[in-house]
Amino acid sequence: MKRLRELVRANSRNPNAIAYTVMAVGALAFPGIIQFANGGNGDYLVSLAADSGVYVLLAIGLNVVVGFAGLLDLGYAAFFAIGSYTYGMLASAQLISSPIHHAVHIPFWIALFIGMMVAAGAGALLGAPTLRLRGDYLAIVTLGFGEIVPRFFRNMKDWTSGVNGISALDVPTLPFWITGPWASTQLAIEHNFRFVSFNPTAWYVLIVTLIFVSVIGVNNLYRSRLGRAWMAVREDETAAAAMGVNTVNTKLLAFAIGASFSGFAGAFYGAKLSLVSPDSFTFIVSITILSMVVLGGMGNIPGAMIGALLLYSVLYYFLPAAPAQASALAHSLGMDWLNQASPNGWPGISEFIHRLQFIIFGLILVGIMLLRPQGLLPSRLRAQELKRGVHDESAVVTA
Amino acid sequence: MIGALARMPSTLRTYGSSQVSNVIGLLIVAGALALTLQHVLQHDASFFFQILTIGLADGSIYALIALGYTMVYGIIELINFAHGDVFTLGAFISLALFPAFGIAEGKSGFGYVLPLLAVGVITMLLCGVINVAIERVAYRPLRHAPRLAPLITAIGMSSILEGAMYLWRGPFNLHYPDLLPATRLNIGGVSIGVKDLIVMTLAIVLVVAFTFFINLSKLGKAMRATAQDRDAAQLMGIDINRTIAATFFIGAMLAAAGGITYGLYISNVAFDLGFITGLIAFTAAVFGGIGNIPGAALGGLLIGLVRAFSDSYFDSSWTEVLIFGILIATLVFRPTGLLGMRVPEK
Repeated sequence: MKRLRELVRANSRNPNAIAYTVMAVGALAFPGIIQFANGGNGDYLVSLAADSGVYVLLAIGLNVVVGFAGLLDLGYAAFFAIGSYTYGMLASAQLISSPIHHAVHIPFWIALFIGMMVAAGAGALLGAPTLRLRGDYLAIVTLGFGEIVPRFFRNMKDWTSGVNGISALDVPTLPFWITGPWASTQLAIEHNFRFVSFNPTAWYVLIVTLIFVSVIGVNNLYRSRLGRAWMAVREDETAAAAMGVNTVNTKLLAFAIGASFSGFAGAFYGAKLSLVSPDSFTFIVSITILSMVVLGGMGNIPGAMIGALLLYSVLYYFLPAAPAQASALAHSLGMDWLNQASPNGWPGISEFIHRLQFIIFGLILVGIMLLRPQGLLPSRLRAQELKRGVHDESAVVTA
Repeated sequence: MIGALARMPSTLRTYGSSQVSNVIGLLIVAGALALTLQHVLQHDASFFFQILTIGLADGSIYALIALGYTMVYGIIELINFAHGDVFTLGAFISLALFPAFGIAEGKSGFGYVLPLLAVGVITMLLCGVINVAIERVAYRPLRHAPRLAPLITAIGMSSILEGAMYLWRGPFNLHYPDLLPATRLNIGGVSIGVKDLIVMTLAIVLVVAFTFFINLSKLGKAMRATAQDRDAAQLMGIDINRTIAATFFIGAMLAAAGGITYGLYISNVAFDLGFITGLIAFTAAVFGGIGNIPGAALGGLLIGLVRAFSDSYFDSSWTEVLIFGILIATLVFRPTGLLGMRVPEK
């Protein structure tokens, strides 16, 4: 108890510790609170939260590449696609109609790691020929790669059903599962549990677990020799090489490890949505994930996670809900004329707000970058090392 | 054509790649040319020339857009994602100006050359002003911020521009008046569209004019100096902010001209058109050697040709894969692009 108190006191001014605590408590309490607040009808929101977890995982992975190693990746969705398609092909009836004529049904828990390995392999494959490129050239190659991969999956119709995508993917199973009031049911143990779409709480628990494991893994990597090598390469590649860092291996590992998280995320995404289609992995997805990382604070794991949660809720909750909200607001204010489409071009407020969403999204990106170019929760350590210097007394005291 | 360029004297290669990768690159290019030739020979010559002119016309539009990318990248090392949307904006603004100048569908003829030129000039100036405003608001305050910050604001500005056009004209494809003559010239048994020739000429005139401007004028010199070393240029008394603003202005003018040309050529524009067109034009800029103005023009033409040939002789669903494959191959085998100019790492 005393140690706990000391831990709290030591970290009470550390934004990262606060962010982790808030996110952990929030994640644990979220399903219960939402179900309670919505009178047991919060399934949709819990499901949405589980989907947002996919982006949290993706942001954690991209943060390794962009934030830690400083390699700008504009095609991260490609690895997400590779992870999803790997799961789609290995855990559905898809391959019956392929030249193999034989369905493969690998259990989710194994396919999760296969997806991870395949994505990591793809990362290394992309990284290998491009490592001698620096800075923006590398970014452009990843951009090209990100454009090619979804089109490749779309065009390989024999294997992937083309534009229709792969549907009816297998769901994860567990020998037993505990359910309770947090999912607005009685406390009970279910045997031979299957993750089905009308039980979002199970998916939610699964993604939170995946994120938890990933965060611990990435934090350990960050503090490891490899993590320090990444940061050395990020700050000055030549100096890092002179200090004995193997820059080629370091960068390759950044690509591979960064990509492996999207393999994780891809398998979960495919299993939950039960559909993998090439349209889900466009350039916009890469850009969104990158924006999440940069908005949250590059190189800082909780920063990237907060950026992901924030941007996801704006893009997939607030913006889609805004037209109906505006319409209801106009109605309650007695300004129903706003809801009528008029012949002089006014489309009605709900349609108007709907059309505004590109602008709102753009304004959010520009606004946050102008106000906080370093991101919402930037890496403190990095700021200290670069701005104040490690020999600065005050820096050492507050660290 | 690509092979011949790749064999150019090595003095142009300011940043040489290893011999092995050069050989591999040449082999890939030779293989692709041989494959294309085989397909070309299966069809008759008139089809070939038709595709060639379409490719060149398409490519000259890409060249116009690519110039803006390459100039902005050369001077502030920013991939200006909003540039493709300035191109679309050019098409949209000109479309809105047409009625005021009495231009409408089916009214082609020499009497409409002057109004069309007037619309072109106004649109180019408006787009230039808008692009300078974008630079002022979204990029200039972040010039000393972390490198990724302006990239994100560029994406944000792209979204805002697309949103503004969506708000303005809705999500539908807009019809752009078909003003260029549909007649075809018959030269030695080969039929060539007048439309294609006009588009090509327009683009070539603009590109050449701006290349001369940048090579010869004082402002052009300031631009090149700023691109080489911003601080040194400032010490020499160059107004950096003005020079960068001028770069954005010129880039947007060319993109707007590209937008009008695209509208006249394809007769169909939509608010999100600039996105993929911009990416392809950017590929063209990289292909030609980013930061290099003749390179961007050449890259644009070549990408246009690749697109036309791939669409007609091969499978059009693989065209974009091919184009982005070229992008990757260029950077892996010849990071400086065809005409080579290494932008120094800052």
